[in-house]
Amino acid sequence: MKGGWLKIYALAYLLFLYAPIALLPVFAFNDGTIIAFPLRGFTLEWFAELGRIEALHGAVLNSLVIAVSTAVLATVLGICAARSAARYDYPGKRGVMGFIMLPLVLPEIIVAVSLLVVLLQLGLSLGAWSVILGHVLICTPFSIAILNSAFQNLDRSLEEAAVDLGETPWSTFRLITLPLVMPGIISSLLISFTISLDEFIIAFFLTGAEPTLPVYLWGQLRFPQKIPVVMALGTILVALSILLLTTAEYFRRRGVARAGGKDTGGFL
Amino acid sequence: MTRPIIQLQDVQKYFGDYHALRGINAEIAEGEFFSLLGPSGCGKTTLLRVIAGFEDVSAGRVLIDGKPMEGVPANRRPTNMVFQSYAIFPHLSVAGNVGFGLRRAGLTADEMGRRVDEALEMVGLAGFGRRAAHALSGGQRQRVALARALILKPRVLLLDEPLSALDKKLREQMQVELIKLQRQVGITFILVTHDQEEALVMSDRIAVMFDGEIAQMDDPEILYRRPKSRRVADFIGVMNFLPAEVLSETGDRIEIEVAGLGRAEISADQAPRGGGGQAPSVGFRPETLTILYEGQQANHREARAVVEEVVYYGDMTYYDVRLQGTEKPVRLSMRNVFGREVLPIGTETRIAWSPGALVLFR
Repeated sequence: MKGGWLKIYALAYLLFLYAPIALLPVFAFNDGTIIAFPLRGFTLEWFAELGRIEALHGAVLNSLVIAVSTAVLATVLGICAARSAARYDYPGKRGVMGFIMLPLVLPEIIVAVSLLVVLLQLGLSLGAWSVILGHVLICTPFSIAILNSAFQNLDRSLEEAAVDLGETPWSTFRLITLPLVMPGIISSLLISFTISLDEFIIAFFLTGAEPTLPVYLWGQLRFPQKIPVVMALGTILVALSILLLTTAEYFRRRGVARAGGKDTGGFL
Repeated sequence: MTRPIIQLQDVQKYFGDYHALRGINAEIAEGEFFSLLGPSGCGKTTLLRVIAGFEDVSAGRVLIDGKPMEGVPANRRPTNMVFQSYAIFPHLSVAGNVGFGLRRAGLTADEMGRRVDEALEMVGLAGFGRRAAHALSGGQRQRVALARALILKPRVLLLDEPLSALDKKLREQMQVELIKLQRQVGITFILVTHDQEEALVMSDRIAVMFDGEIAQMDDPEILYRRPKSRRVADFIGVMNFLPAEVLSETGDRIEIEVAGLGRAEISADQAPRGGGGQAPSVGFRPETLTILYEGQQANHREARAVVEEVVYYGDMTYYDVRLQGTEKPVRLSMRNVFGREVLPIGTETRIAWSPGALVLFR
């Protein structure tokens, strides 16, 4: 039976994809330092341990600062680019947009290494700002892709109607355009934030003395006794990511529905 | 004509190489219901957007109320627009939409609420203020768009194909309502439409546009009865054409020979100038021909024809008849009267016609 094999294939695929992640919470709550079955018992010890590691707190704070800055910068750039793509025509527009979107498929390690080389050649010292720079570079295409659909779905005569009724171009943007693309903006902020929070390669290369959370996590893997704590941390990160991405998608869909357009994509 | 509220003086518009408006000259009177009629791509919407201030003119001048509009942006012109898509702000309530233009008027909340209620009542949507705009039907959206544009009491209301999205019944109902509304508020309306019937029904005056030019500007009756070119005649209603020959021209009278109808004498105002060297032809409307039943006499002239096609419409019947000695059939329409049979295909019949109903194109 053909359908049966397809079902098994689909099931195996999903299992392969998600089983390792599903193991994270299993061992995060397991009362034992060795990652192996059988499970020993339920404990919240590893989560409590998280609260006692000072270096971890520094990494979390560092990551949050970087992720928030990245989200805001990438979204502001995304708004400008998506707006120009939706409204104006200029020579070489397709080429320019193509190059802006390229980091979406560019191997991150190439971006990271080349940025590192350039920054060091310029004699600049690495720090949170250089990670933000790299993250903005990879987040902006995502931001544009999300905001593009928000701006494309916006009926141009809505803005013209506001101008016709006495508003200036700027107040029209504030009163009409911004509220209507707001769901897209929120969605872009959340996705950029999530990407930046989880990103490892660029952060690993460009971070200075203060590591981001993923870089810190990677460092901890060298100590076997720390692995359950890493599992607990991973569990929190996975839960947070799912929450943020779901919220982002919710806002994106609501935006499409509100502008009266047809859903033409998205990341979830 | 009373004082013109809008003057268009040799208005030209280029989009890149494309010449969208090729020298538009027109004056629109205060309180007039004026229509811009033409096929898609003729420049009618561009002209409306030029008046609204959404497009700059490439050359020429637009004057509103005697003031040149050069450099005056849309938000400072005494015009308001009803958009083809209605452009209802989906994130605002009905009242939020209708009262949008009053934001800058510095009114108290009470005064604003009163004005909004008034405007909603005017378009028959009293009590709809608190509804969400995106939950309205097509006809209701259209009314909201009207109320929103009229609340500012503009000197000119611009309507860009406002009825094209509605179904036929609703469209006809809204046509009548729009005419009433225009009489009630006394504001100049400029309507863009591709629907000749709509233009005829609603307008005081119509400008027929082709290829960025006004081909003819007249009141609906003259436009229908005395089109100035074959193209205008063809665009407005149904027009039959027969080859013709000019025999003699003396002063006000022209003697012509029309295929299938014979000789006729027409007056000079039935022969508009500027046909552009085409072979002369004569045009006439379907309702100006009448089938003569047995015993009936023609008031003017008679011709013989064969019925080739019958289209029954209930109140009317359209016949395609071929006049003796012609190649193509012409259409005539007869009001159906109780007790009078519809003629079957192939019937040989007599046709009554009148020289006064002919238009000569040459």
